Amino acid sequence: MSFLLAAAPAEVDTGDTAWMLVATALVLLMTIGLGLFYAGLVRAKNTLNTFMMCVAALAVATITWALVGYSLAFDGDGKILGGLGHAAMSGVGFEPRDGTTIPHLVFFAFQATFCIITTALVSGAVVERMRFGPFLVFAALWSVLVYAVMAHWAFGGGWLAQQGTLDFAGGVPVEMGSGFSALAAALVVGARKDYGRQALLPHNTVYCLLGAGLLWFGWFGFNGGSGFSTGDASVLAFVNTLLTPACTLLVWFILDLVRGRQVTAVGAATAIIVGCVAITPAGGFISPIWAMVLGGLAALPCYAVIVWRTRTRVDETLDVLAAHGVAGLFGIVFIGLVAQMSWNDVADGLLYGDAGQLGSQLVAAVAAPAYAFGMTYALLKVIGAVMPLRGSDRDEAVGMDIVHHGEEAYVTGEGAILLNPEAGELEPKPVAQPA
Amino acid sequence: MKLVIGIVRPDKANDVLEALYRAEVRGISMSRVQGHGGELERVETYRGTRVQMGLSEKVRFEIAVSDEFVQTTIDALCEGAQTGEVGDGKIFVVPLDRAVRIRTGERDHGAVTPVGR
Repeated sequence: MSFLLAAAPAEVDTGDTAWMLVATALVLLMTIGLGLFYAGLVRAKNTLNTFMMCVAALAVATITWALVGYSLAFDGDGKILGGLGHAAMSGVGFEPRDGTTIPHLVFFAFQATFCIITTALVSGAVVERMRFGPFLVFAALWSVLVYAVMAHWAFGGGWLAQQGTLDFAGGVPVEMGSGFSALAAALVVGARKDYGRQALLPHNTVYCLLGAGLLWFGWFGFNGGSGFSTGDASVLAFVNTLLTPACTLLVWFILDLVRGRQVTAVGAATAIIVGCVAITPAGGFISPIWAMVLGGLAALPCYAVIVWRTRTRVDETLDVLAAHGVAGLFGIVFIGLVAQMSWNDVADGLLYGDAGQLGSQLVAAVAAPAYAFGMTYALLKVIGAVMPLRGSDRDEAVGMDIVHHGEEAYVTGEGAILLNPEAGELEPKPVAQPA
Repeated sequence: MKLVIGIVRPDKANDVLEALYRAEVRGISMSRVQGHGGELERVETYRGTRVQMGLSEKVRFEIAVSDEFVQTTIDALCEGAQTGEVGDGKIFVVPLDRAVRIRTGERDHGAVTPVGR
């Protein structure tokens, strides 16, 4: 949102910086919250692997971001890509980032946490079967080729920002970026072997609710920090982050009631995320009452896509497309309808007299899904040509935790024999072999 | 009357249930057990501590059937549970002295025959 504050004085504001330091930590917590949410949604034998994919993003995406991602996203205002002037964090120091009143380092760290969570989000499409090694490679390349590029388009002064697309906190790179990449990833990696044959149920719904709660909590930093200050836009986005998910929750309850006569907990956890996603692009641009309307309306397409997706052969396992892609797209378009100059000082939407803004939003709603889907599809095809993306059916049956991590989430310790390294007892001993 | 006990891999439990259902074997109990049947033991590491997991997760089916259903039940268990690798499990058939259906007080053959057959 640098253009919002273009006239701001080039000096560090202590209040803004204090808030942004906190907001950065809040967003980082979201990745762990997401890990918990995802872990609860899978079968018990894949708990750790699913969580570890999010943890992996903490390592991989932070490093790629520091080395090249940040520079490609935020150095200069090239149409498609930024430059390499900030590669390896060169020139990122204590002086304020252009257009903000916070140190460049803080701006860098805040943006890094966005790259991390977005990379982690994509894993939801491939859990329970993708091998851990290839996922690390994918995460590293994806965080640069997809996330950094789209972040440049929307945040870094790239072509979407130049043609007037409003995206407060990441409807383009974060939500549509992850959601439509998830669809591509699910198609390339393929369905789990038991998908469509057996009921594959969430193994711990409490994790889901706790994870969704942590995500909501962190999202106050995500949206509230995306004004890079403690100014009006940040305050508006912060408050809208409370209002929108509340409305999504209620409408989701009603949809659950109509469809199954019971309100579900997994549905509630999903609704919280859908609401947070929907307000992400719109947070600082629309009035609180429209934010509430947005929350209620966003539930409808996302609910429909989840119901539809589970009837297809597409094993986009944790519905990243519905919860992030569709909700993000809905939020982006909604800005074009109800943005209000009197609230945001930037632009009006269609209902307040500027149909052109809707056009700018629609361009993003077409370009972002197309790029995310196409690039991710190609990237995984290339990685898949070099190394197998998934293990054998046998590995999948045993579970990813034992196969890839040599640990179990719910180990009892009964029958576990301590191995003594000095006695050379480190290798498993075959007790019997097939005849 | 026999009690057929089948101990199978947890990830084959659904296939076994499906096979039993198709063979029209209806009265089933299932429990999670830990066991050791001679398969390769796996080593896990927790914070640098290496342990050999001597016991594997298994699922134990208990099915009480009349004599003419014993072979059908065994076939269904084998069909559902077999992968061909060590660790597929075992089936034990043991004689059953008595069976009572609690709801009606029916005994033995009547008690192990599904309602409506």
